[in-house]
Amino acid sequence: MSTLTDLRRSMVAEARRRQRLTWLISAVVLVALPWIFSSSFSISIMTQIGIAIIFALSYNMLLGQGGMLSFGHAAYFGLGGFLAMHAMNYIADGAIPLPVPLLPLIGGVIGLFFGFIIGTFSTRRAGTVFAMISLGVAELIAALSLIFVGFFGGEEGVSSNRTKGPDFFGFNFGPDIQVYYVAAFWALIAAIAMFLFSRTPAGRMANAVRDNAERAEFIGYSQRNVRMISFCLSGFFAGLAGGMFAIAYEIVTEETLNMNQSGAVLLMAYIGGVGYFIGPIIGAIIMTLLRTVLSNFTELWMLYVGLLFIATVMFVPSGLTGLLMMHGPAWKRRSLKRLLAPYAAISIPSLAVIMGVGGLLELTHFAHTTSMDDRVMTLFSIPMNIDSLLPWAGLIALFIGGVLGVRRLRPMLLDAWADANGAGGGD
Amino acid sequence: METAIRLNRLHKSFGPTPIITDVNLDIVKGERHAIIGPNGAGKSTLFHLISGRYEPTSGDIELNGESIGGLPPYEIYRKGLSRSFQVTNIFARMSVYENIRCAVLWVKGYKYSFWNRVDNMEDVNERTEEILERINLADRAFVPAGLLAYAEQRALEIGIAIAGGNQVIILDEPTAGMSHSETEQVVELIRSVSEGKTLVMVEHDMGVVFNLADRISVLVYGRIIATDTPENIRANPAVQEAYLGVEADHE
Repeated sequence: MSTLTDLRRSMVAEARRRQRLTWLISAVVLVALPWIFSSSFSISIMTQIGIAIIFALSYNMLLGQGGMLSFGHAAYFGLGGFLAMHAMNYIADGAIPLPVPLLPLIGGVIGLFFGFIIGTFSTRRAGTVFAMISLGVAELIAALSLIFVGFFGGEEGVSSNRTKGPDFFGFNFGPDIQVYYVAAFWALIAAIAMFLFSRTPAGRMANAVRDNAERAEFIGYSQRNVRMISFCLSGFFAGLAGGMFAIAYEIVTEETLNMNQSGAVLLMAYIGGVGYFIGPIIGAIIMTLLRTVLSNFTELWMLYVGLLFIATVMFVPSGLTGLLMMHGPAWKRRSLKRLLAPYAAISIPSLAVIMGVGGLLELTHFAHTTSMDDRVMTLFSIPMNIDSLLPWAGLIALFIGGVLGVRRLRPMLLDAWADANGAGGGD
Repeated sequence: METAIRLNRLHKSFGPTPIITDVNLDIVKGERHAIIGPNGAGKSTLFHLISGRYEPTSGDIELNGESIGGLPPYEIYRKGLSRSFQVTNIFARMSVYENIRCAVLWVKGYKYSFWNRVDNMEDVNERTEEILERINLADRAFVPAGLLAYAEQRALEIGIAIAGGNQVIILDEPTAGMSHSETEQVVELIRSVSEGKTLVMVEHDMGVVFNLADRISVLVYGRIIATDTPENIRANPAVQEAYLGVEADHE
């Protein structure tokens, strides 16, 4: 028995123990969350996060694992949602004796079905060809959804009632908390299933085809078949998320399968980090929080999401997870605490930059939308008169001061970083 | 004698330009066969035709008596032929271990399985480890392949080609860009992995060619001008004129 074999066996055993622990903790957290965040608003947000996690993970089967950049992943989400919605109506009529919590499976099967059909011609090549086909197909389906009013319900969409299903252990799924647990259950199951898939031959070869499709063909694998498997399964999980959406909202409209939705899932995966399995999970959490919480405070929230996306692409292409992972070496050296003070210091001018930019944007937006008699906007709890020069000058000063502060503190942070990672000596 | 590869009146042209012209060649099972020739003679194109990267314009290629001309690369691989590349062609973001393991999966019969986990496939993993020991990369197993040194990447390149255990192996310039001592190691590696198998290689290093090959074919402007044992090739006046003479002057 070689040392490499022993090493691999111990690594696999260690990884398994860690994974089991992670799933167990995740399950406990999912069960416990509603006790911590018990308001109906937070329960509804957590349900949305669960749906977004499934959807974003399914998207990353294409982008991160398989190297397929899709601009139309909402098509599978939306079609799964619509079919699940119709199925819910049949259930409510008593035509299908299916318990409501199993509806996402219907969405999944529909996503799988359409993934199979579209995959037969879109997975031949990756790159631009794949991206363009995904865009075209999604546009086509979004357009059709407004034409076939009978099936898609036109602009009003299709709605139903989730409480009319057959008895399921005494739950009727009227209260949002019950829906949350259904979403949490499916999010956990889907995440485990997608993780396990990445450890199978088809999942490993998806990585190989992503890295070098040509060479994969010279070790026995058709690049098209490898992509096809990922594509179909990705369609399945997107449809599953769509079916869960149908349960949570009891209404599915054209908005679930249009380009905005396709763009949103791309942003989630990318901001979270496509190179890591948990990247899309983090992205889904942050994007959903931005969408639901930030939108309560400002109409410009989409602009901020866009800025965040641009900043991610420019400064941390490996996403927020990549940013966290960069701290791994310092964590192992137990020198992470040396970064605390520099981070705290630089966060002050950074916050000034963010507040300066955000404040100027908000003020400009307010100035363009307000009436002649309403000239005062309350920003950061300070009333600001847009006709006066003071708030503008103040925000510009805040921004410039912040930029100068960041520039001044940057060398100190870089030194601390090098120190924490043992540059010059060590390792 | 049984033939492993038979090229029968093989032609390949790109547009109006002929690259391979009327090539006939029998490669005998179990031999080590080298293809030499000046730059631009069409050696790599010939390998691309045999391995399925290019389709022949006309003529036929047989592998173990079965026609494979125009089949996609993965079909040819499944029929028992695998290859390495002149320019390193690996899975850069995956670990060295994963590179080799992926090259073992098909032959071990797991195909497109999406229900078995690779960590549970003891046969695949043991084979992977055996190959890693063989190509001397065991201590680099969990490094991303893209971070390997050049010579290590070349070793991995050969490792991927031999991992599946196919009976016919074709290597495109396995020692390209290597130092003298690295070349010697690779020659020993090739000698051991091709034991009992059929090996075809394109090679520029005449030391390697005359050291390893049982027979040599000389390709000049898309035609094979001679196929013979190393001694006879060295003595062949047409070869000397077309190729070796020029080499000899330089050395």
